[in-house]
Amino acid sequence: MDILSLLLVFPVITALGILVAKKDKVVRWTALSGSIVQLFLAIGITAYYVSLRNAGETGQMLLESSYEWFAPLQIYFSAAVDGISLVMILMTAMVVVAGILVSWKIGKQVKEFFFLILLLSLSAYGFFISTNLFVMFFFLELAVIPKYLLIGVWGSGRKDYSAMKLALMLMFGSALVFIGILGLFYFTGAQTWDFQEIAKMHIPIETQRILYVLLFTGFGVFTAMFPFHTWAPDGHSSAPTAASMFLAGISMKLGGYGCLRVATYLLPDAAQELSWIFIITASIAIIYGAFATMMQKDLKYMNAYSSVSHCGFVILGIAMLTKAAVTGAVMQMVSHGIMTALFFASIGMIYDRAHTRQADELGGMLKQMPFIGSAFIISGLCSLGLPGFSGFVSEMTVFVGSWERTGVFYRVATILACASIVVTAVYILRAVGFAIWGTVTNKEYLKFKDATWSERSAAVLLTLGILIIGLAPFLFIHLIDADTTSIVSRFIAVVGK
Amino acid sequence: MDIVLMFRFEIILAALILAIFIMSLRGFDTNVKCFLNTMNVLLLLNFIAGWLPLSEGSYFSDFFRTNGLIVLQKNIINLGLLLISLTSYAWLEQSKYRLEFYLLMLSSIFGVYVMLSSGHILMLYLGLEMSTIPIAAMSNFNLKEQRSSEAGIKLILSSAFSTGIMLFGISLLYGAVGNLSFASVIANLHPNVLTLFAFAFILAGFAFKMSIVPFHLWTADVYEGSPIAVTNFLSVISKGSVIFVFLTVLYSLFGGLKEAWLLGISIVSILSMTVGNLFALRQQNAKRFLAFSSIAQVGFVLVGITAASTIGSASVVYFVLIYLLSNIAAFGVISAVADSTGSESLQSFKGLYKSNPFYALIMAVALFSLAGVPPIAGFFGKLFLLTAGMKSGLYVLLGFAGVNLVLSLYNYLRVVKYMFIDDNEAHLAPLNRNRQLTTALYICLIGLIAIGFVTPIYQYIDSLCRF
Repeated sequence: MDILSLLLVFPVITALGILVAKKDKVVRWTALSGSIVQLFLAIGITAYYVSLRNAGETGQMLLESSYEWFAPLQIYFSAAVDGISLVMILMTAMVVVAGILVSWKIGKQVKEFFFLILLLSLSAYGFFISTNLFVMFFFLELAVIPKYLLIGVWGSGRKDYSAMKLALMLMFGSALVFIGILGLFYFTGAQTWDFQEIAKMHIPIETQRILYVLLFTGFGVFTAMFPFHTWAPDGHSSAPTAASMFLAGISMKLGGYGCLRVATYLLPDAAQELSWIFIITASIAIIYGAFATMMQKDLKYMNAYSSVSHCGFVILGIAMLTKAAVTGAVMQMVSHGIMTALFFASIGMIYDRAHTRQADELGGMLKQMPFIGSAFIISGLCSLGLPGFSGFVSEMTVFVGSWERTGVFYRVATILACASIVVTAVYILRAVGFAIWGTVTNKEYLKFKDATWSERSAAVLLTLGILIIGLAPFLFIHLIDADTTSIVSRFIAVVGK
Repeated sequence: MDIVLMFRFEIILAALILAIFIMSLRGFDTNVKCFLNTMNVLLLLNFIAGWLPLSEGSYFSDFFRTNGLIVLQKNIINLGLLLISLTSYAWLEQSKYRLEFYLLMLSSIFGVYVMLSSGHILMLYLGLEMSTIPIAAMSNFNLKEQRSSEAGIKLILSSAFSTGIMLFGISLLYGAVGNLSFASVIANLHPNVLTLFAFAFILAGFAFKMSIVPFHLWTADVYEGSPIAVTNFLSVISKGSVIFVFLTVLYSLFGGLKEAWLLGISIVSILSMTVGNLFALRQQNAKRFLAFSSIAQVGFVLVGITAASTIGSASVVYFVLIYLLSNIAAFGVISAVADSTGSESLQSFKGLYKSNPFYALIMAVALFSLAGVPPIAGFFGKLFLLTAGMKSGLYVLLGFAGVNLVLSLYNYLRVVKYMFIDDNEAHLAPLNRNRQLTTALYICLIGLIAIGFVTPIYQYIDSLCRF
């Protein structure tokens, strides 16, 4: 048993434990302890990875292992990690723990709920560690059903519609991805699904063009890339709190990771030629998402549209192809994952008490519930990019990286993206002003109690994540530095830096 | 001794049929439970006997042949037979004609064996007919229901029509080649107008049996009218076995016309997937729903068939195995629900998870498998078919397959939504469960979860398909 497979074994054991457990209380504690063990495991693996790197390991990916799965079809369960996948795993582990803590009081079908949550987390871990494209796709798809059921059964509002829309649009994305990876399998001459092998192949540019567009669009659907973003607002707002955290925090990052690791990394020539398409869609998503957020009154819709806008930065960073931009994109993925999870968590806490998410119906939350109010403000400030929080560091890095590309087109895209920050400030400050500051308008609200111990621990955990990246970004950059360099070295010819 | 081993499927089946006769003469079938359980045990033994070691070979100047792949196909059919017998226990318990049911079902299977082992087109034709005609009688089993008789008549008429077309194709082929044994057809087949026409007519005949669009019109009506056990048999055994034979016909018999049939198969594949999924969108009757879903599934099988190589035939056999388990599980649950609610409408599945979590979970696993969602085996089955299809580089076909993945997911999620999300005003009481049905459903469940992860299964199929 190698160390990376443990990342999959623990969630499976936890999920089985949940199935066996009889009492709801046991289910909750099993889920929580399993996910905490997983978090420590992730930290341990990262530490081990760093020690290996410091000891002079120079392989592209470390801790490799491979097991036979469908050998006649070249499908092997192969796992390996580099810095980029490690930071994603760390982020996932954090969000999972927080998500379970936040759902502590869920009353309906507890066992099923936590089982599906763990299945969802399993799919994310599997996706980030596998190096075999087929297995990666398996894990990408594994998340579809838990998402559908979590929204459909435990959701609120137009949940049937949102759940179905989400499942179908993500399936559409997966179909594109699958055709793309089939193309990589057959038409690169490699006859292998292993992306490290494919990366060594010299793929004809005609093939690259088709596959790049297919794969980037397919994964883009998962990242809520414009114009395939419409599942995100509906899905996020109908989902129960933990599922929203997972959807925005983790699932959207699967798409970003795929865009970077599969589409861009494996098809560098096409990426240089055609990334302008995705720079355009990303710029539209950033601006459109920000303005759409301004129009929302529902806090969850607000955060969902702002996620579209923030994930636009991820796409923009990846499509810009400079080292700083790619680094920024990875940081933005992690930062947005944690920040948006905290945002959804605090919205969920408010909703649990007030049973409304309309910003103008709330008010004075800080006075009544100082802890929840502060968590909301912290995530809001992180979202608008206040220095000291992770949002600032990552967005700044994306902007700097984008500015390195010369040419009117790139400059315009960068300026547009920067301009969106102003809009972000408007909607965040407005939401905070309406819902958090001010006096308590509704007498009912005076009865509210502040966060419970589980909600507090979730918020503290996520805030820690935000602060670590925000205050010590060098730790983070150091971890992924070698990997972004090796990705970007494939474009050096055109980009120049 | 060798000949006994080689014919053991046929011999055991003939012995079983004979045993049923004797049982009826001795009045053994008056004790319903005893009779049904004995049949199930006998079918289990039949299934086990299929795995005895066996040599390859052919008899009667190549009229009958057998090899590892054919034995595996027969074993898969045997598994289906056993599971169908188990799932239809409750229905047979009430039916007056249980003995006849087994008699007809086993005769049909005998035809399937002959068809699978045939080395000569006449033999193939004989087997195909032998397997179809008893089903027409079986679908007429609800004697008091008009729909059931309608189903029987529709099946016999459409099958007679398709047989006529196929026979015409066979006669053209005879005109072109001069001999109907597989070996000489393979050796003497050259692409020209005559052989192309022969192929087109034979394809049309097979298309009827597999209910490929545009020859699918009988399917929904017959599925709806027949008793659930028979629908199950039609959708699984009869369709699966014709797919197996179709593989041989395409790959070896018409291997020389590959350039021509690639186009034809791609077109009917696109039509089947799309029409099947689009018509399933609004079906409210569970059996009609699965009828259109099975049309779409055959469309996916055809995507895999276009590969015309080891991966093509291995992925098809693998998929049929998974499809068999998923469909039997789905029909098993439908029969349990229909038995207690008296309705075959999908509406009666509403709120099933709250009242009957076991059935709802099995149904969900079966539907996810049909939709191709991991970690259920159908995911691997379906994606291997697509992987095989990509081998020939038919992008348009793959594009349509991708769109249909989305469409079919909608169809199946609709039922999942009924079961897990919607509430039922009229609360379903816990449904009856008998041990036989439960056993069958557990076998399907375990199979559907394990097949994707027990790697030797695919490797075994792959090793048999190397030619």
